[in-house]
Amino acid sequence: MMIVAGQSQSAYFLEETSTVAETHTLSVLVDNEPGVLARVIGLFSGRGYNIESLTVSEVEHEKHLSRITIVTTGTPQVITQIMNQLGRLVPVHRVVNLTKSGDSIERELALVKVAGKGEHRVEALRLAQAFEAKTVDATLESFVFELTGTPADIDRFVNLMTECGLVEVARTGLAALARGKTGM
Amino acid sequence: MTRQMTGAEMVIQAFIDQGVDTIFGYPGGAVLPIYDEIFQQDKINHILVRHEQGAGHAAEGYARSTGKPGVVLVTSGPGATNMVTALTDALMDSIPLVCITGQVPTHLIGTDGFQECDTVGITRPCTKHNWLVQKIEDLPKILHEAFRIATTGRPGPVVVDIPKNIQFQTGTYVNHKDQAQTQYKPRVKGDDTAIREAVALMAAAKKPVLYTGGGVVNAGPAASRLLREFVKLSGFPITSTLMGLGAYPASGPNWLGMLGMHGTYEANLAMHDCDVMVCIGARFDDRITGRIDAFSPNSKKIHIDIDPSSINKNVRADIPIVGDVAYVLEDMIKVWKQTQPVQDKAALNAWWQQIAVWKAKKCLAYRKHSDVIMPQYAIERLYQLTKGHDTYITTEVGQHQMWAAQYFGFEEPNRWMTSGGLGTMGYGLPAALGVQIAHPDALVIDIAGDASVQMNIQEMATAIQYEAPIKVFILNNQYMGMVRQWQQLLHGNRLSHSYTEAMPDFVKLAEAYGGVGIKAERPDELDDAINEMIAVKRPVIFDCRVANLANCFPMIPSGKAHNEMLLGDASDDEIDTAIGASGKMLV
Repeated sequence: MMIVAGQSQSAYFLEETSTVAETHTLSVLVDNEPGVLARVIGLFSGRGYNIESLTVSEVEHEKHLSRITIVTTGTPQVITQIMNQLGRLVPVHRVVNLTKSGDSIERELALVKVAGKGEHRVEALRLAQAFEAKTVDATLESFVFELTGTPADIDRFVNLMTECGLVEVARTGLAALARGKTGM
Repeated sequence: MTRQMTGAEMVIQAFIDQGVDTIFGYPGGAVLPIYDEIFQQDKINHILVRHEQGAGHAAEGYARSTGKPGVVLVTSGPGATNMVTALTDALMDSIPLVCITGQVPTHLIGTDGFQECDTVGITRPCTKHNWLVQKIEDLPKILHEAFRIATTGRPGPVVVDIPKNIQFQTGTYVNHKDQAQTQYKPRVKGDDTAIREAVALMAAAKKPVLYTGGGVVNAGPAASRLLREFVKLSGFPITSTLMGLGAYPASGPNWLGMLGMHGTYEANLAMHDCDVMVCIGARFDDRITGRIDAFSPNSKKIHIDIDPSSINKNVRADIPIVGDVAYVLEDMIKVWKQTQPVQDKAALNAWWQQIAVWKAKKCLAYRKHSDVIMPQYAIERLYQLTKGHDTYITTEVGQHQMWAAQYFGFEEPNRWMTSGGLGTMGYGLPAALGVQIAHPDALVIDIAGDASVQMNIQEMATAIQYEAPIKVFILNNQYMGMVRQWQQLLHGNRLSHSYTEAMPDFVKLAEAYGGVGIKAERPDELDDAINEMIAVKRPVIFDCRVANLANCFPMIPSGKAHNEMLLGDASDDEIDTAIGASGKMLV
């Protein structure tokens, strides 16, 4: 159902109602202070929202600012509610929906350990080269590859590696920025 | 002003600089330095409660009846955990509380020290914000920011957890009152275009209704004044949530009574059938909306709220306006006066006639008895006999609370203190204490139930100690009445543990505490007993024995729409089948 919106430029404007869950990437600028991550995570668990991926790191040391990048799923109404609830937290400076605001770059880093001999080992190395993964550790029976890419790229690589003696995977979670010259 | 002082002194100095005159608290090991400072000064009045939860609710009552923040001081560990219910209550009802908790010294944090608990961790989800003070240099900023955050925007509780060694340390105190220490800055002024659109929509309305809530009361006395002006200007009918009672006077010509699960027939039907709904400082709570997909299906909705997250949370707003109710109402009135809209008088008259038909149902009518006091009658008499007094009402939670909301008329804001969002049994008695401390000469009545009142009965001792002449008016039906009513509605009248077999003698209990006990059992002795209660200038427990099995009507059963209300003359068969399978899942 579409509700015809008025002419106002209100920041909290109507969106289409939809019951279809979508995946959105939110970028949240917060004060880097004790407990801030617990506040964000507690909000998600307490209100029953999903977290698919979450990364956090200080990005502006002098201003004590950290950026939290959250990938979450929900109906458009739930996504808006998540953003508004995040906005209520006192240490939160800004919340931007990178999925909605247009073009953004999303990258993740993965370390992938494979073990094997013979053809499996050769195939693993060949695939790693095809994906432009770096070999950061090697023994006679194993490799650790480092791969940076979109989460989908990494999913694809990891899936292929299961055929080549995959042992374990470590992923950083998503880092994302909007394209263009302006910051959030 | 800059001065060297200890952390404990800073706490007291910040209170003084913030204009605090009263705090509620309970001492313990981790706050002894602050208590030592309290001992050595006479600017701050400390009220010693009997249980920390009581301090929290007393501070809530103080805050709601004065518009000032309530201040609480408790110790670490159990002192802090006992505050959790009151903090959650204040968060749900948007009550400004500043709670100072003691903490074990910093070098013991994390060692499971005696009376240590993770106070900031436990209270994170039940406060607007909280802090663990880690350096003495941070303390003055945090204390003043705590007051700013608690009282501005959507008000709420905050906790400042201060380790004992920091209370002893000396540092530089600066008065940071009203100086922002974080980027927190709530938006108070509504979007101008949205306000103009809202006025245009309201002006063209044929079947409008104003639906107001606790946000109007929280926005201060100006908001209630502006609301009354706007009702006069527009001529719109007005209803309110439980939390908003008093913002518009119950004797006002446009008043429909409370809405929601136990609201009036006319208020709920007006909400269901309206074409323009103006929600002012309310949040479309489930007690208000009933079945959400059948909620006011044909209306355009204007939603004014200071909290952006309230908008489109439960019900979609056609015109959302984020801002302080007082600011937005002021602008709306300005625009209305500028544009001088021509209203559809014929349609509005027809709407009022329809409302009159609903009113004629007399949904609050009940059968009176000559030998047993009906609970509704008790509230009606209490209201009539206290009319000329400077009266404040608090309640516990349950049937008595709903009867108080239905049968007591509130003419002014800040006169009605009740636990709306959290529904905390045991709220009313300590809240009444807090109100009485703030208004020593007023008539402060806790309308209570026999079950709820026992949850914080110990605060009677506090009332005696401070000569706070609160009146605890118990509608005693021997049951947890609302639980029993729901068991009748939902569970085949199997009254599982809702009957209180061992009840104290409330008259003797009052006397044991040093107060006055009064009992009324028959309708013909009620007026004299109430008058006696009013005349006594000491704490009173009034044991009003009422009909045991009375139900609270009207009622929108869970999972039903506004136009599917049960009225007071509902038969037992109707009650038995009132709630469907899906409604049984709801609370």
